[in-house]
Amino acid sequence: MARQIGDVILDLKNISLAFGGVKALTDISFDVREHEIRAIIGPNGAGKSSMLNVINGVYRPQHGEIVFHGEHRHDMDTHAAAEAGIARTFQNIALFKGMSVLDNLMTGRNLKMKCNFLQHALWWGPAQREELEHRKKVEEVIDFLEIEHIRKTPVGRLPYGLQKRVELGRALAAEPSMLLLDEPMAGMNVEEKQDMCRFILDVNDQFGTTIVLIEHDMGVVMDISDRVVVLDYGKKIGDGVPADVKNNPEVIAAYLGTQH
Amino acid sequence: MTASLSGAAPDVVSAALDTFPRFLLAHARTRGARPAIREKDLGIWQSWTWAEAAREVRGIACGLAELGFKRGDRLAIIGDNRPRLYWSMCAAQMLGGIPVPMYQDAVAQEMIFVLQDAGIHVAIVEDQEQVDKLLEVKDQCPELLHIVYDEPRGMRHYSQVFLHGLDELVAAGKIHDANHNQFLDREIAQGQPGDTAIMLYTSGTTGKPKGVCQTHHALISAAQGGCSFDKLDGDDEILSYLPMAWVGDNLFSYAQALVVGFTVNCPESGDTVMTDLREIGPTFYFAPPRVFENMLTQVMIRMEDASAAKRRMFHYFMDVAKRCGADILDGKPVAGADRLLYALGDLLVYGPLKNVLGMSRIRVAYTAGAAIGPDLFRFYRSIGINLKQLYGQTETCAYVCLQPDRQIKLDSVGLPAPGVEIKIADNGEILVKGPMLLKEYYQRPDATAESINAEGYFMTGDAGFLDEDGHLKIIDRAKDVGKLTNGAMFAPNYIENKLKFFSYIKEAVAFGHDRDMVCAFINIDIGAVGNWAERRGLAYAGYTDLAGKVEIYQMIQECIEEVNAELARDAMVADTQIHRFLILHKELDPDDDELTRTRKVRRGFIAEKYGVLIEALYSGKTTQFIETQVRFEDGRTGKVAADLVIRDARVFPHAAVKTAA
Repeated sequence: MARQIGDVILDLKNISLAFGGVKALTDISFDVREHEIRAIIGPNGAGKSSMLNVINGVYRPQHGEIVFHGEHRHDMDTHAAAEAGIARTFQNIALFKGMSVLDNLMTGRNLKMKCNFLQHALWWGPAQREELEHRKKVEEVIDFLEIEHIRKTPVGRLPYGLQKRVELGRALAAEPSMLLLDEPMAGMNVEEKQDMCRFILDVNDQFGTTIVLIEHDMGVVMDISDRVVVLDYGKKIGDGVPADVKNNPEVIAAYLGTQH
Repeated sequence: MTASLSGAAPDVVSAALDTFPRFLLAHARTRGARPAIREKDLGIWQSWTWAEAAREVRGIACGLAELGFKRGDRLAIIGDNRPRLYWSMCAAQMLGGIPVPMYQDAVAQEMIFVLQDAGIHVAIVEDQEQVDKLLEVKDQCPELLHIVYDEPRGMRHYSQVFLHGLDELVAAGKIHDANHNQFLDREIAQGQPGDTAIMLYTSGTTGKPKGVCQTHHALISAAQGGCSFDKLDGDDEILSYLPMAWVGDNLFSYAQALVVGFTVNCPESGDTVMTDLREIGPTFYFAPPRVFENMLTQVMIRMEDASAAKRRMFHYFMDVAKRCGADILDGKPVAGADRLLYALGDLLVYGPLKNVLGMSRIRVAYTAGAAIGPDLFRFYRSIGINLKQLYGQTETCAYVCLQPDRQIKLDSVGLPAPGVEIKIADNGEILVKGPMLLKEYYQRPDATAESINAEGYFMTGDAGFLDEDGHLKIIDRAKDVGKLTNGAMFAPNYIENKLKFFSYIKEAVAFGHDRDMVCAFINIDIGAVGNWAERRGLAYAGYTDLAGKVEIYQMIQECIEEVNAELARDAMVADTQIHRFLILHKELDPDDDELTRTRKVRRGFIAEKYGVLIEALYSGKTTQFIETQVRFEDGRTGKVAADLVIRDARVFPHAAVKTAA
């Protein structure tokens, strides 16, 4: 059974975001359907990361509306976004460098832990049971991402490609329904990129997770995404299936430049 | 439980125990609650008792029967060491079939030969990766009818009707077993000790691989002999991490485990073996020299990063161990002061070191598969690990010679094992006879006749001699031993092993037969040399770049000159000092056919492939351009090119006086 792309679960309408006089996003609308892989592409400074930050509530747009699972709101709130099942990774890895892979992944379970600080400090009764349960979930993620051999290694000692994978693992530990990936393959070599692609496809396939990703590698984007939205200077210049986007003259101009 | 240890199986002394399925059922009956096998899964060691294992094996066997697998059929088994793959071997044997374990890291194209040659109808494989490989070659193997996979992950979208999950197969098998109560027991009862129990393909250092057929009787004899020799019993623990297609894994993790009933532990993944080793702390361990070499390399790298005080302590006590450690282990007389120092060293260095290596509980460790460098061997024995060499081939169930406790000689592989007879042919070749000999090469009567002579001796192809105490010494492969133009004996393995003792040198290939001097190719160890370079602030882009650095050449040259100095001290090999060398621009790799899957150098192939480099070595050139095709893990190919530097190494005058004694 292949995954079925469902209804629109996230609809962004006429989003505009400015920092003082700098217009990061201007009147952008696009939607994300359930279970799909949605790519956001565009040259440097096009507003891709800002877009992700709007989706999970780090930035509050001045104009526009966000409809998430049928709920209309002006902006998202980071905590609400996380509780609603949105998890993300960052362009510049944001892991706890001194902590082990296992502990980093456990932080991904934070929202799902019910016991209070004191109970966890004593690690007795319900807190112990709870941690074992979460550890089991985390071990499944470790198995899924094939990182058993670095389970106890401090993250700071890992090569970059593996750190990226651990960051994906932390996001997965939260069992998200929507995953925002900010350049998951930046700075990787070919082999690492292939691995990462496979993991992203597997996550999407196995858990039905909806994925919104920003990526520069056009080969990767065209291969793995269902639909692509293209931004340039904070404006949307293209939207559609990879084949259409690839042939869109505006997109070609933005990427390759046109002769004047 | 360990009361009787007289060569026969201690716990299950019974005349009817002559096939592996019967051993399994006997363990399940008499000591069903003891752990049979463990596997680390999702971070936790899961174990199965003998009773549970027997139930699972029955399930697989009946499931296979449902697929139409019958007496005499061959079952391909491909994957890492997983409990269910070991059980599949036994399940096939229950039905009178023959398991054929295959190397799990082979690329698809390499699998075609075995699949065709063995006429495989059913394959049980570990996961999606192996399924994909079989699907790739299925068109060329029309006899392959069913593929069964252990791990269902990623398999949801495969709709082919000939693919089956092992879970489903076992479930169907258990129903079958319940409905046909007599069926499986009748099948097991039909098994004969003279039936072929397993087929293992030779690594193919020369020519096409051949399927070696070993009977239950041969493997059980070898297992019983080995266990009684080294007093292994049902309380021992082993970590199984070497390819199931290798005869060693078969003897230790399957045959011996079933015969005396010790516990087999399967690591979490290939990358976690070192961690798993520490967690399990096996009492019985075996590894090819390469693994022991890697471990020592790791230790040395970490010691170089340690503080100066720790480094000094380490080296001081390693010197103590070198002086008296092996003698203490062998129970020879040692001066009291040294004994005291050794005890202190054990507290401060050897004990913690063994703990880090996961070897604290080791009673006996074997190495086999290739000759081990004497220095490497001495290192492990000197810190108190009872490491022994073992000699044997796939054709002899890896059971020819064993080293008895307290009589370990560094340069010999020990005495003939119980029940084994050894003879040295006139040309120096080692000939062996005993119950562990192969039944035949599968469908190759010509090869069978060629390898077993009229008197029933198997011809090993190794050159060696028996010393005054009856210990066997191996010189080299009979066909590898050559002569320099001045008539001196040239044993390339001997030289290469000396080189490989340096943690910086991963692989070496020496040339010299019919030449006037010895030259060598060197492969650096990217881990050790990379670390060395980083500590000196030497930037490098990758293997090829690092291998070409002047500083690295200088360092390797020092290693080689040290070996030359050592060679010069022994009149037998003094002529074979290395005159010129180069560092290869790529790692020798089984994917490029340069090494066998068991990581042995394929000399002939290398000499041909790098002929231009050999010519350059002997023609006095100082650089040579080379471009080589490489094959990546996923089967794609690419090219690596480099200008290789060739250097002269210092050779030393013979010191014949020293070796007069």
